[in-house]
Amino acid sequence: MINLAGRDILHGWGKFVFTGIGLGLLIGVTLTMAGVYRGMVDDANVMIDNSGADLWVVQQDTLGPYAEPSSVRDDVARDLLGRSGILDAGNVTYLTMQASAVKQATGQRREVRVMLVGFEPGKPGEPAYLVAGRPIVRSHYEALADLKTGFALGEKVRLRRHDYTVVGLTQRMVSSGGDPMIFIPLQDAQEVQFLKDNDALINERARTASNPAFNRPNVPGLLEAVQASQTTSHFVNTVLVRLAPGADAEEVAGEIRRWKHLQAYTRAQMEEILIARLIATSSKQIFMFLVILAIVSAAIVAFIIYTMTLNKMREIAVLKLIGATNQTISSMILQQALGLGLIGFMVGKLSATLWAPLFPKYILLLPEDAISGFFLVMLMCALASIFAIRAALRVDPANAIG
Amino acid sequence: MNMPAIHIENLTKRYGEGDTAVDALKGVDMTIWPGEVVGLVGPSGSGKSTLLKCLGAVIEPSSGRMTLGGQTIFDAAWKIDDLRTLRRDRIGFIFQAPYLIPFLDVTDNVALLPMLAGMPDAASRSRALELLNALDVGHRAKAAVAQLSGGEQQRVSIARALANHPPVILADEPTAPLDSERALNVVRMLNQMAQQYQTAIIVVTHDEKIIPTFKRIYHIRDGRTYEEAGEGREV
Repeated sequence: MINLAGRDILHGWGKFVFTGIGLGLLIGVTLTMAGVYRGMVDDANVMIDNSGADLWVVQQDTLGPYAEPSSVRDDVARDLLGRSGILDAGNVTYLTMQASAVKQATGQRREVRVMLVGFEPGKPGEPAYLVAGRPIVRSHYEALADLKTGFALGEKVRLRRHDYTVVGLTQRMVSSGGDPMIFIPLQDAQEVQFLKDNDALINERARTASNPAFNRPNVPGLLEAVQASQTTSHFVNTVLVRLAPGADAEEVAGEIRRWKHLQAYTRAQMEEILIARLIATSSKQIFMFLVILAIVSAAIVAFIIYTMTLNKMREIAVLKLIGATNQTISSMILQQALGLGLIGFMVGKLSATLWAPLFPKYILLLPEDAISGFFLVMLMCALASIFAIRAALRVDPANAIG
Repeated sequence: MNMPAIHIENLTKRYGEGDTAVDALKGVDMTIWPGEVVGLVGPSGSGKSTLLKCLGAVIEPSSGRMTLGGQTIFDAAWKIDDLRTLRRDRIGFIFQAPYLIPFLDVTDNVALLPMLAGMPDAASRSRALELLNALDVGHRAKAAVAQLSGGEQQRVSIARALANHPPVILADEPTAPLDSERALNVVRMLNQMAQQYQTAIIVVTHDEKIIPTFKRIYHIRDGRTYEEAGEGREV
């Protein structure tokens, strides 16, 4: 038996293919949106994995350090080291900011949105591996940068008041928002985060000096002590804890919460905070886009198949008159809808794969999403063909006679 | 030739009900024998199209009786459940415009009918080629429909109507778009095919050029038929 759908497609293949490409681009956008969500989840998981921590100790009653601001004293890490079940603890600061560097070749200033991480070398929070260069060995003004920043080894990066030399490069070190990370020594990071500029310091000192409570005539050294405390910072955003083998994370976290008046999150809790809370709104946003795109795609397929069927009403009347069954006619329309979906899916998958690396944020295209997407597209096309099939089956064969 | 290909008695067709009812056919009688080509002539609105649709099992008559090859297919109601199969296997259609399927080539336009009837593809195409050769369009067997001239397309549509060797072919103004020479050619082919396949052909026409070629003509006026002998002029 002749495949009527195939013959019709071959007869008007140009129209069919171009329609399929148009639909495919829409499907490509849909797959990319799914990839954006997957990328966000993956970024969050990668950030947790790369921290090398089993517990996150943060300010009480906060969801820090990624979802909410958190501030804890940097001596907490030393206290924690004395507790049972804790193998290692490291102070870490996180700050999302704008970093800039001047390209030596062109002299142009380039700005990149980064997450600045202050860490203690050899402690949790240090990048697990480098893809180029060396670790930080000096106490100040050296940095490790993620490849996505675009900074090269030896390049000088401006962070607030100082320039930092990039000595090593990392990979897939990004924040949950997708900003690439730059790692610098903890003290430098504390300065970047907490220290004010010179004008503000002079102003602050003047205000303190004019405050009779801090500038008492009979208390020498009080004013200097207060002013010194204002120019140093001993706060970090979190203490990352690595547990001793066999230690129970929940138990250790419970002990910290009870005795240190701090909040401690296990890995599972941190994943829940990052994925279910921090990116929850973005996920819903993306889900809404996916739903709308799916509806738009279905409407377009339905419209195209319906129009294609309307253009063939005379042929369908003739086919019915000469004895073609409803099944033959329905099958022809359904096959065309599925063919359109197949072309659309292939174009969509190809285009999503090609343009995903061009996006500034990580797009993760999972094979299982592609498989689900394929079946969804086919289902959508099959459902969309119902209108056209209904119209075709209502055609009176008498129309062929006139 | 002892059984008519098609025989109808007192066939009526009423559209609508009550005050708005219209009697398109008011009692039509007609008998066509195998191998015969009969003209059905009448002015616009006389009921030609309605009669054709009733004969083609496309619309249901209101009353009367209709037999096809001796089998009663209508007697106050359809006596056959599957009218589509009846049309496919036992009635051929030739339209004013050829109405070929544009996305099939010439051979497959003809072969589609036997294929729909369950004949294997190769045998269907072989039969299609045989018919196309008989109608002098065998050399365009692989051509697309759009590449054919109007006359060639009409010959292909005749081949399609004959594809399942039906006992009856209904031709609706088959020569309307053709000039005299081509119109007479079509009539010649219809006569030839009727003889060759023992098919009864009813040709609905206004065409003055071809009316003298029929040996029998049914005139239809106000929903009633009147039979008269035609000139039967040789073509």
